[in-house]
Amino acid sequence: MNGDTIVAGIGQTEFSKDSGRSELQLAAEAGRAAIVDAGLSPADIDGLVTFTLDSSGELDLMRALGMQEVRYWSRTPYGGAGACTTVQHAAIAVASGAANAVLVYRAFNERSGRRFGQPPPRPPARTLDWYSTFGIRTPAQMYSLWFRRYMDDYGVTNEDFGRYTVVARRHAATNPNAWFYERPITLDDHQQSRWIVEPVLRLLDCCQESDGGVALVVTRADRARDLPQPAVSIEAAADAHLGHGGVMYNYYHPDLATFPEAEFLGRQLWERSGLGPDDIDVAMLYENFSPIVFYQLEAFGFCKRGEAKDFIADGNIDLDGALPVNTNGGLLGEAYIHGLNNILEGVRQVRGTAANQIARVDHVLVAAGQSGLVLGHA
Amino acid sequence: MVDPIIQHDDRYFWDGIAVHRLLIQRCVACHTLRHPPAPMCGVCGSLEWDAQESSGRGRVLTWILSRHPNAPDENARVVVLVELDEGVRVVSNLVDVPNDDPYAEYDDMAVAVDYRERDGVLLPVFHPVGKL
Repeated sequence: MNGDTIVAGIGQTEFSKDSGRSELQLAAEAGRAAIVDAGLSPADIDGLVTFTLDSSGELDLMRALGMQEVRYWSRTPYGGAGACTTVQHAAIAVASGAANAVLVYRAFNERSGRRFGQPPPRPPARTLDWYSTFGIRTPAQMYSLWFRRYMDDYGVTNEDFGRYTVVARRHAATNPNAWFYERPITLDDHQQSRWIVEPVLRLLDCCQESDGGVALVVTRADRARDLPQPAVSIEAAADAHLGHGGVMYNYYHPDLATFPEAEFLGRQLWERSGLGPDDIDVAMLYENFSPIVFYQLEAFGFCKRGEAKDFIADGNIDLDGALPVNTNGGLLGEAYIHGLNNILEGVRQVRGTAANQIARVDHVLVAAGQSGLVLGHA
Repeated sequence: MVDPIIQHDDRYFWDGIAVHRLLIQRCVACHTLRHPPAPMCGVCGSLEWDAQESSGRGRVLTWILSRHPNAPDENARVVVLVELDEGVRVVSNLVDVPNDDPYAEYDDMAVAVDYRERDGVLLPVFHPVGKL
């Protein structure tokens, strides 16, 4: 890392609500597209990384893609908080020599199959059992219990969250890759959408449930000149988890109105990249729910605590703002492929091929709360 | 409702609830309190633990009105994150308050533990104390 590994290729399927095919097929389609984009063949790939939650087994994907020999594989636990962890795993494997070229993939029928927004049959993690018995069943409820104190401490309202959603949907509206392409919303539309957890989250504050597959190829920076696409440098990668925390929420920190894991993440990314908030040209910030963008803007130092609502209202995160955020429409507007689709948008912004391309992009922050990347030119 | 999963490390907690005692795990070696339970003390590494009965007093740190996520909400409940006076935090329910007002002001409210049955399971819950 720190510039010695690159993203060489990216690939994906279409994003839909009913793919009509198996999750393994989505993984294979996205994987093959990423390998071809990198100018490689499946036989060149000798590493695989995905989420523990992914249903496509490594051996099944190898067989489907025609991969021959894999020397390294790993998975990241829990959910979307580990979106960027996958790339860190791949970069570490490549930088150490454990693998030459690693395929990172995530594919699911999350709308037509098992829906993440619905209550699971049993709590998926041990700690959640201490909450679900008392009525915290869905992700929206789990996060709202944490968001509520932030709102109360800083005088933030659901309308403030709506201002983020309007921006995300505006970006999606001009991105043909987005599910909500050509479907922008107004703040009034947001305020008319039904409550999910009143007075915290409305329907339009929630990420989508999507079907689709996303993949990318990580390899060594010294191979960049042989590749057909502009190589995108992994300038920094980091994970940030705390012993008394959760997965993109924290009920146990002394100050509930902060996101201490993201603050830890930001410190690491700035230290490893030698950059700071002022150096970032585009920020891709994971949003399972719109308020998490507010916490991250503050945690990474783009604005002060409690000021994200003003930062957003003042237009800073728009395409022509000081810090364009989620230029693809994010997980609310483009699709929810567990955050991996936001990494692809970061790659496109560095390459100069995004639908909503920002004029000059030297550094992109991609963050999923507890894992993050800084991408730049190789 | 989702019944609690009772496993080896936390059976003491639900055994305590059955006799209306709110128990907090305590390290025998360094006396650090911990909740949710864990098999080892994260401060000193000791595997020896017992349980201290909580005063049952605390304050609400944050809360939501939890409506049934995909059905009409006759079973709405107020979910609270409570910091007990002993310093540990528990997720629980606030009772003896309206269960239909998402705009009430419960932050920092003083509460005390109580025990109520819900769908056949006895749960530790909290009710307001002092000025209502």
